[in-house]
Amino acid sequence: MDAMTLAPFLGGLVLAPLLLGIVTRTKALFAGRHGAPLLQPYWDIVTLLRKGATYSRTTTWVFRAGPVAGLAATVGALTLVPMGAVPALLRFPGDLVLFAYLLGLLRFMTVIAALDTGSSFEGMGASREVLFAALAEPALLLGLAAVCLQTRSVSLSGILAAVTTTTWSAQGPALALVAAALGIVLVTEAARIPVDDPTTHLELTMIHEVMVLDHGGPDLAFILYGSALKLWMLGSLLVGLVVPIRSGHPILDGGAFVAGMAILGLALGTVESSMARLRLVRIPKLLVGATALALLAIVLVSR
Amino acid sequence: MSPGAGVEAVLALVVITDLLLLGSSRLRSCIRVVAVQGIMVSLLPLFLHGGEGAARAWALTAGGVAVKGAVFPLVLLRVLREAGVHREVEPFVGHTLSVLVGASALVAALWVETHLHLPATAAGPLAVPVGLATMLIGLFVIVSRRKAITQVLGYIVVENGIYAVGVALVGGVPLLVELGVLLDVFVAVFIMSIAAYHISREFDHIDVDQLDRLRG
Repeated sequence: MDAMTLAPFLGGLVLAPLLLGIVTRTKALFAGRHGAPLLQPYWDIVTLLRKGATYSRTTTWVFRAGPVAGLAATVGALTLVPMGAVPALLRFPGDLVLFAYLLGLLRFMTVIAALDTGSSFEGMGASREVLFAALAEPALLLGLAAVCLQTRSVSLSGILAAVTTTTWSAQGPALALVAAALGIVLVTEAARIPVDDPTTHLELTMIHEVMVLDHGGPDLAFILYGSALKLWMLGSLLVGLVVPIRSGHPILDGGAFVAGMAILGLALGTVESSMARLRLVRIPKLLVGATALALLAIVLVSR
Repeated sequence: MSPGAGVEAVLALVVITDLLLLGSSRLRSCIRVVAVQGIMVSLLPLFLHGGEGAARAWALTAGGVAVKGAVFPLVLLRVLREAGVHREVEPFVGHTLSVLVGASALVAALWVETHLHLPATAAGPLAVPVGLATMLIGLFVIVSRRKAITQVLGYIVVENGIYAVGVALVGGVPLLVELGVLLDVFVAVFIMSIAAYHISREFDHIDVDQLDRLRG
């Protein structure tokens, strides 16, 4: 096993919090502040890991299992995600379905741990999270299916390795539609503006953040790290699709991919600084729109 | 980019504008979306028949862009300003459901097109189904919305769909006929806008579902 096989997995594990740091720093610069250091998410996680956890007497083992099982599902999903042309650690036909449902398992564990606390706010956040996830899932799977049809491959590594500049010039409109759908899925699943505000302090408007309010110490560290990994993975799919540099040279391809991720971080920060959150009732409309875009991409590809 | 990809991009944008129109409740942005769609549809002759008879294609495109991209939105925005209405508040079919209806209209149009045995066209296999879907969506907008302005927009969308199908299937319609059709549409939209303006002046609203309850 050479080093390149491990690169997407280890790269994701190491660099994921940095992407979060880039987003935060971009937002700070837009607000005219100097902002936290780029490595701040790492220090946050280390600080939390050194603390002890406090558990309410009303919670059961489900609450304690949630963050651990969630992080395990996320790391499992990361083994399936390629870095553009560099194939993932594990790849087999149909791995994109496993990828989608490992993310589903992470969501299930977060939701069930939130419900276990018995807090009404956390129940509200859980119901919103599940509603939006149910609407985002068809957009993700249909979008990936469109690229599958185009590239005649049914594994994430195969798909992204087959997307080249020639694919883009032949099927540019369809791929652009898929990229738009994946972008909407990314901001929904990773709980970013305009769907959810990760820095909000008002429980009534929270979606993802409200579910993890009762976690502390190492548990919270696992959750923060898990959501950084989730952002990294969905971003990897988007960047792998949009940056079609397939020179065959692993270092060059990997470099282009990492540069693409940095640009994605800047773009996310820019969007978050220049947009307000959508009202909750309008988010389903956005997600149904993403599904319609993915459907249109399938139509374009299959004709 | 090859001409085929250009046509495909234009058709994709037409479908996206269809869906945006279905999903948007602000009348102002609806008018803009329909204007963009009109410009996109007007570009089709340039991509399809730009080679032979270039002057004709350019004349059609210029006329279409001027009428659908500039005159219609200006007239409709003016009516909107006079009427003081900004939103389609309670459509008969909700906006999210409308987007799904639009997506199924596209699928239905694709299914119909495979059963029609049309001659192969230079526009590729997508132009006719997209045109059909646009017609269906225009009709759906007309029956599912309350405001007179949105119904005018639905009429323009139906016309865009017919135009897309026509351009894709029939290459050699004389320029005079095409421009005559454009003039007809222009006059129709003009009259409908004036009617909507007078409805709003007379009754302080442009809700067409209340028209049957009016007594003189």
